Amino acid sequence: MTRDESITLAHGSGGRLMHDLIERVVVRALANPVLETLDDAADISSLVEPGRLAVTTDSFVVQPLFFPGGDIGTLAVAGTVNDLAMKGARPVALTLGLIAEEGLPLVDLERALRSVAETARAAGVVIAAGDTKVVERGGLGGLILNTAGIGFVPDGVELGGDRVREGDVMIVSGTMGDHETAILVAREAFRIDETIESDCAPLHEVARLILETAPDTRAMRDPTRGGLATTLNELSSRSGVGIEIDESAVPVRDDVRSVTDILGFDPLYMANEGKVVAVVPESDAGRVVEALRGHRLGRDAAVIGRAAGEPGVTLRTKVGGARPLLMLEGVQLPRIC
Amino acid sequence: MSRTIDFEAFRTGPDADGLVRRIHELFEGPTALMEVCGTHTVAIGRAGIRSLMPDGLRLLSGPGCPVCVTPLGEIDMALAAARRPDVVLTTFGDMMRVPGSESSLERERAGGADVRIVTSALDAVEIAAGEPSKEVVFVGVGFETTSPTIAAALMTAERRGVENVSVLPFFKLVPPALDLLVAVPGRALDGFLCPGHVSSIIGSNAYEPVAHGADMPCVVAGFEPLDILAGVVMLLEQVRDVRSGGAARVETQYARAVRPEGNRTALELLDEVFEVVDADWRGIGTIPESGYALRERYAHRDAGAKLGVDRTRPDEPEGCICGAIMLGERIPADCPLFGTVCTPRDPVGPCMVSSEGSCAAHFRYERR
Repeated sequence: MTRDESITLAHGSGGRLMHDLIERVVVRALANPVLETLDDAADISSLVEPGRLAVTTDSFVVQPLFFPGGDIGTLAVAGTVNDLAMKGARPVALTLGLIAEEGLPLVDLERALRSVAETARAAGVVIAAGDTKVVERGGLGGLILNTAGIGFVPDGVELGGDRVREGDVMIVSGTMGDHETAILVAREAFRIDETIESDCAPLHEVARLILETAPDTRAMRDPTRGGLATTLNELSSRSGVGIEIDESAVPVRDDVRSVTDILGFDPLYMANEGKVVAVVPESDAGRVVEALRGHRLGRDAAVIGRAAGEPGVTLRTKVGGARPLLMLEGVQLPRIC
Repeated sequence: MSRTIDFEAFRTGPDADGLVRRIHELFEGPTALMEVCGTHTVAIGRAGIRSLMPDGLRLLSGPGCPVCVTPLGEIDMALAAARRPDVVLTTFGDMMRVPGSESSLERERAGGADVRIVTSALDAVEIAAGEPSKEVVFVGVGFETTSPTIAAALMTAERRGVENVSVLPFFKLVPPALDLLVAVPGRALDGFLCPGHVSSIIGSNAYEPVAHGADMPCVVAGFEPLDILAGVVMLLEQVRDVRSGGAARVETQYARAVRPEGNRTALELLDEVFEVVDADWRGIGTIPESGYALRERYAHRDAGAKLGVDRTRPDEPEGCICGAIMLGERIPADCPLFGTVCTPRDPVGPCMVSSEGSCAAHFRYERR
């Protein structure tokens, strides 16, 4: 197989070409002892840890496949690792399902798989099993990935969206809206002459830091689609308590702010892929922020609000006004004038 | 040389507190101020400005939402054009979800129509240049901030010899709407917060007839929260003046973007391509000399004529009081459909459909 080849339907047929692809490209990139047995199923009993078993899955359809700050491979691992981490689980293993579109350049597949491997290594997880399929050209955007992940929640860790209580404090680990803004700009539909980096990153260390500093943490969420506003609404609705947010306290990067201002978007509704929203008891808030700021992924951590009042989320605006902060309705669209 | 503008300075800080205090000091009793720009409607909502106002000071939203005032018949024309297999329909994003009599651009796209969101009318010209077998139609919705850019795009198409691009000229003009608003007897408006960006095109002088003819205070305000608060202060100072016998006038808060004479280049472009005609405003009816049609020498750029798509006059949905709301006679909470049958997810009338509509803004940003 030469380096300038692209994926063809034959690569998915189960024959020699597919075996070559799996061994020489997929397994080679993801190299680990569990995967290399290449049986129909993997025995992962060696990965079992004490605690309660947690499982999650996610599919990744991002366009473009490669963007500043990451790619579909980084996302596929970080996204699933983060879902486990938000539940308080220590992630141990992932499966990787990949669906390639006929015509996908092989070098792109290799690049995405390298990112999967690197991010998995950084997150301390093993890619234990996988699947490869090829579909006919048309509408897939080149590559789709699915990852399922398992992890173990240590005894004593009880996180849940319904555990928020009046007086609890909301903390974010950093700036909001980074990833989705990066993707919008990378798609070039708006021809903005700027490079915005996604914040895509595995959050297992950040989550553990929060739990070690505040064992009574009520809930953690990574604000992905729908952004911070949607996440806060989910927490409010599940717990039945109101949430008040101070707009001035929500950290937003200058470059993200500039782009969203021009397009008429709101960073509070833009997805992140490397941030945590944590709800902690008031007495723990200061120490959690300090601990986060000591971590490279938490430098801009801040208290942004607290749980109070009737269910629903209220925003105290920069000029001192108050107004509801609703869940995202439909999609954000750039305005006329 | 590039210059960075610190917009945060217009959004926050002790100046805001000072302005709010001044508003409370100046307030003398029931006062109704109307803003006539969808961007102001949203900006006021997002900053929670109504929550800072004294009781009895009402900030009403007028007919300044371009999507809201586009009649059902015009939306249906856009949908009819979209359905043509040889047409690429280009539009600004906020038109996508607007329901016509039976469908919407979003639904047509899902059903296979070639509908593309653009951020500039020039994009339509580029698409046309690259796809010569298609007719690229641009949905021309907007006020005077927008119409000059479409004029420029059409002139560019002429210059480049790109023949397969045309426009549905649904543009509206703001000053005639103000004339209508002040002309109805018994209307209780005390002042207009005039649109900042429309005014940067037409100039603040455009409001002199309304200010002097109807003794109506007019302040042209920008869109950052501090701009709006400062604009309200200036209006209340005028209201106080007028109530003790003084004369109303036009003032500009948004001096950094608005000149009395406006933007001459833009006005010349408009005059080159368009002529002023009577226009139909949804929920309101015909307002004289409040819209644009293409001049004779640009008539070949009229998409309706080119495609043979006619304007119809379908009925409005029952129960919807958007017209009264846009004229400031009613507020969203008065509408029996508001928040129950009619929501941003399932909009009935135009004020809820557009993200800049009065009802959509109330639903999203005002406490209920």
